Amino acid sequence: MDYGLKPLGREKLWLGVMLGPTLIGLVFGALGSILATLVLSFTHWDLLTPITPAGFSNYVALFTNPAYLKALINTFEFSAMYVPGVVIVSMFVAVLMDSKIRGISIFRTIYFLPAVTSAVATALVWNMIYGKDTGILNYYLSSLGFQTVCWLCTKNAMVSVVIVNIWGAIGEGMIIFLAGLTAIPSEYYEAASIDGANVFQVFFGITLPLVTPSIFFQTLISTINAFQAYDYIYMMTRQGQGDSSVPVVVFSIYRNAWNFFNYGGASAQAIELAVLVILLMGFYFWLERRYVVYE
Amino acid sequence: MNRTKQKNLLDLVTYLLLIAGGVLMLGPFLWMVATSFKLPADQFTHTLIPNPATLENFRNLFSFDLNFPKLFLNSTIISLLTVIGQMLTCAMAAFCFAVVKFRGRGLLFTLLLVTLMIPEQVTLIPNFIIFKWLHLVGTSVPLWLPAFWGGAFGTFLLRQYFLTIPRELVDAARVDGASLWQIFWRIYLPLGKPALAALAIFTFQGAWNDLLHPLVYMPTVPNTTLTVGLAFFQTQLTLGGRFTVLMAGALLSILPLVVVFFFAQKQFIEGIALSGLKR
Repeated sequence: MDYGLKPLGREKLWLGVMLGPTLIGLVFGALGSILATLVLSFTHWDLLTPITPAGFSNYVALFTNPAYLKALINTFEFSAMYVPGVVIVSMFVAVLMDSKIRGISIFRTIYFLPAVTSAVATALVWNMIYGKDTGILNYYLSSLGFQTVCWLCTKNAMVSVVIVNIWGAIGEGMIIFLAGLTAIPSEYYEAASIDGANVFQVFFGITLPLVTPSIFFQTLISTINAFQAYDYIYMMTRQGQGDSSVPVVVFSIYRNAWNFFNYGGASAQAIELAVLVILLMGFYFWLERRYVVYE
Repeated sequence: MNRTKQKNLLDLVTYLLLIAGGVLMLGPFLWMVATSFKLPADQFTHTLIPNPATLENFRNLFSFDLNFPKLFLNSTIISLLTVIGQMLTCAMAAFCFAVVKFRGRGLLFTLLLVTLMIPEQVTLIPNFIIFKWLHLVGTSVPLWLPAFWGGAFGTFLLRQYFLTIPRELVDAARVDGASLWQIFWRIYLPLGKPALAALAIFTFQGAWNDLLHPLVYMPTVPNTTLTVGLAFFQTQLTLGGRFTVLMAGALLSILPLVVVFFFAQKQFIEGIALSGLKR
């Protein structure tokens, strides 16, 4: 990190030119916007009538308004299913793909496809698949003699939409884990094989501890994604009047700001989201120092 | 002998699991393709092979007055401008962070990484207010202009790659009297091609698939992107019960990225692995 070319004379100007856009983005786009959101969160404003100070009322509403509370609980519930789901499934897939068998590249392509395509387009087909009376999923369930399920009804929508979100995230997770698995020195496996260890002993004794950096990274990424999940929820759980059966915080922010013109309340929710993510990241980095094994 | 037998059995189980998973991963796409070639009357049939197969849905997509070509064009322009903005500004910043020594480099880079973790929704509301003041809401400007302010993810990705380029090259060029800009333009850009390609693909994908920002800035059809258009068609076409047309639209909307993915799979996958590298 200490290495570096020293800019000479007029090159300092070049340095300014090259860093300029990023500096502007950082100061105004990121830090300035965060500050502005913070200020807005202490106001009432619909962008039409004059802005009025609101004190802490928007923050009080976060914990007293049933709609805000429901959004917060939904976000936690969503994340609690989504994050472990993505981490475990993509690790499992990566371990399968790491075995030295032929045709892996075809499987890799197929598993990655949902991560490439837009959630909007694939949500449309998932809506068909999940259809109550016409969907292919219920058709197979009933032809196998099971009860059909109303997948996108309010009581099941959360689980159904989490499944689709996991489906869409396996591709990227799998690549992160494959990179981690390839980095494990083969001597460990050879030694285990000589000692006659079975598949499970190898996985829990060697693979799992040595892949903890990937688990850490993927958990981090998945958590950030979980707190911002929007596309599938918007596409699959909207009901009449533009509400959702699984309104998470991001959905609620959009609705508050752009349907109800409550920019102050939406700003407070955005701050709430950021604080939660930062706290969770801090917790993860604390866990990392205790449990993650770097070679 | 026993060991090879065990290995074969293990391989068989691996294949079976991968195939079962593959059906789940690919299934929805097969269903999308199948439905898009079915007659509207057959939209809820349970067969994967359309019988009879028809191109009617694709014809209807363009004749139903859905403005599909306009949406496609909007998405293309916005995505390409976003790619240009990000490539330019992220590459320049990444070069500075990776190669040039200047005061506050460490602090600036850390700040940039911190913004990676801040949910975008936090910046959305003030940005919207500013673009509204500028009377740019309803145009595509708010969707691509911010790409020209740099980006934390792209800068990080490119810097990681730039750090792997041997420093001897820079020192040799410096001895020959090359300027900073020449070192950037003649050494780092050409050698950084794999990472630049990965960033271009990710950026294009992000812009093409984005739903939230177009919903905020260009919420009404036809002056919007494919994603908002498809979301709108869903409510419109489903009312008319035309899933076949909807699937044709969904299929065409994912086609560009699927094609790019098949040709540039390596960049996709290496780019993701690169972003996961430890510091």
